[in-house]
Amino acid sequence: MYEAAVRANEDARVNPRRDVQSFVTVVEDFIEGVSIFDEYVPGQIEVLLKPTCTTRGEGIHGFITIKAASTAELSFRERSRTHLQGGKSMRTVYAVSGGVSKFTKARQDKTFPAVVKEAYDYAIADLGLEHPQFWEIVDGTVASYFSDHFARQLMAAIMAQDYLGMCPKPSHRVEGGGATGGICFQEGWKAIASGYMDVCLCYGFETMSHVQTWKGNEFIALASDVSFDYPVGGFYSGYYAMMVTRHMKEFGTTVEQMAHVSVKNHMNAYYNPYAQKRQKLTIQDVRNAPMVAWPLTRLDICVMSDGAACTILASEEGLAKLEKASGQRVPRVRVAGIGRGTDAMRMADRPHQSYEDFLKYNLLPSEDTAETRAYYKSLWDRGFRYPGVHSFRAGRMGSKEAYKNAGITDPLAQIDFVELHDAYTSSEVQTYEDMGLCRYGEGGPFAASGRAFVPGIDYGLNLSEEPACSVNPSGGLIACGHPVGATGLMQAAFAIWQLQHTIEKHFGTPELQVPNAQRGAIHSHAGTGTYVTVSILEREA
Amino acid sequence: MAESKKTPTKIEETMEGTVLFDIPFPVGDDLSGLKHMGHILIKQPYSIEYLHSYGQDSPFFAGLANRRFVTNREPETGHTYGTPRGHDMYTGKETEWVEITGEGVVHAFTVCHFGSEEFLPECPFVLVQVEFPGVDTLFLARLVGVDPYAASLDWIGMKVQPRYKRLSKFKPTDVYFVPAE
Repeated sequence: MYEAAVRANEDARVNPRRDVQSFVTVVEDFIEGVSIFDEYVPGQIEVLLKPTCTTRGEGIHGFITIKAASTAELSFRERSRTHLQGGKSMRTVYAVSGGVSKFTKARQDKTFPAVVKEAYDYAIADLGLEHPQFWEIVDGTVASYFSDHFARQLMAAIMAQDYLGMCPKPSHRVEGGGATGGICFQEGWKAIASGYMDVCLCYGFETMSHVQTWKGNEFIALASDVSFDYPVGGFYSGYYAMMVTRHMKEFGTTVEQMAHVSVKNHMNAYYNPYAQKRQKLTIQDVRNAPMVAWPLTRLDICVMSDGAACTILASEEGLAKLEKASGQRVPRVRVAGIGRGTDAMRMADRPHQSYEDFLKYNLLPSEDTAETRAYYKSLWDRGFRYPGVHSFRAGRMGSKEAYKNAGITDPLAQIDFVELHDAYTSSEVQTYEDMGLCRYGEGGPFAASGRAFVPGIDYGLNLSEEPACSVNPSGGLIACGHPVGATGLMQAAFAIWQLQHTIEKHFGTPELQVPNAQRGAIHSHAGTGTYVTVSILEREA
Repeated sequence: MAESKKTPTKIEETMEGTVLFDIPFPVGDDLSGLKHMGHILIKQPYSIEYLHSYGQDSPFFAGLANRRFVTNREPETGHTYGTPRGHDMYTGKETEWVEITGEGVVHAFTVCHFGSEEFLPECPFVLVQVEFPGVDTLFLARLVGVDPYAASLDWIGMKVQPRYKRLSKFKPTDVYFVPAE
């Protein structure tokens, strides 16, 4: 009831504590009803001193008169419009625009700040603004890049800030491994939601071409414990391969099921002009590719990239300023909720929890049924432990928090698409489970079922089920590329375009537009599941 | 499924190059062509040696040098870590040192046919997460004594035993694992 009341108040753009003069409530039992209100609807009980009519039985119990609010009152309501996050009142945040540079193996034609500017110029042009206009409105920025080693330039973010012409506005850099871009998006969200800013530019980049591929792998492997992990043979593909061999052993997941992810994402990217690898593949192509870390082949693994991406976030007031400056209306995409989880740096240290602890801490509301509890109990009875090295607890906790904040109780039914962190086909399969698109242990069959595919695209596969929630309609990291600091913001830009229903405008072709997309999730993931961010975006009418 | 190295079809790029001291440039005042000029790519060498302390984990490495596998346990709950950890993640209390045999089973594995630059010459090599009886977490190590071209999920659950390097490098690779006899 509390959630329903909050949602109703949000939809009506009213704060019940300030804006409502009287209440009419209808309950089956008067005494029980009052106690329910007292417990679950504090927003109403606090105003009981105002005129209240609580009644029971059928028939007409009263009349209400709705008076049109004055302009001043409407203005006040707009300013106070709130969004609940973790039970706390925050301002509504809109994701208003995005920009992505072309991701390629090497962008040696421009310096990294100039590549960031490509993404930025695209994002403001899509709003109908030029830099001087946007500069007058934007309050500040958040910058993201992963590696000082790749950049070989400390304080690289301020160089981008400088080149964009954003000085002297406030800014800071965030870093959290592969999740850097997702963290950047959420830090921008915080700046708006908290009231610190009304318009915030989030930009990210990575220049991985500064070194050869195998040196780049060495840099990335430094994002593992340099006392205990890196010296043993530091190699991220090897780490993820270890995780999936355990997944295969636990659940019977097959390499062919994982290859479905590669075929899907490369085929999706075929229609995405921003993608680095636009290929039509077969399952056999994936399996015949050179083995990198058993059982992962080169086509199970994302490549290194140069690139940049950005996202512009705004409050209601910020959005009004942007629209006033451009004279054009921005399709509303609201950030409905964010979530973030973490786990131990060394995968060796990850817990092997009991069934009871899993239920207490990690079970999603959508899984809380007798049938699914019995399913999980059977896993534990045969030795399964959670998360071990086969599951990403951080991904589960990030999803759980984001779903709670966005009011999602059935992710597969309520989310139209997900842009998730598929640095490896295996990690996409594992993430289906973390995000509750299927249960733990069912990721392999889910990958091959067709449920995560984009409707209307011929993948050359025999898929047994219809698409239910398109995963990585853009092509994901495997096909788009993974310039680390930009990746999470690339996902955000593509998600904004999906929800604005403008994929055809930006991609030049409509195939990847998820039909009638109303809600999407973006998921950003750092080294072996240490940091994971999940953000939910929704289209508003 | 047996894996074999395929015949390479391309020569790997290397960072050697010709030192260039001059480049063509327009003569005169017309600079309009500079917008169409290609980029200049130069090599910037960078190397450094770090002094890395193992801090509170140092006894582990000293143990390996003496062919002994020591790790940490929370004294009250008994929660034991396969990889040393100075403080327990649940109680927050300082852990104590305990010795284990190092015998265990393979919990997860991979065969690295490629790797980071530092380890490329060692490819293919086998990485394993080792599970020790009575120990709550795992340990990352190399596994030798198996055919890297015959990887199989059957390796999971294989009993393994530690082997110690005679000449210690004071790295976690001072211990590696082989199939138990």
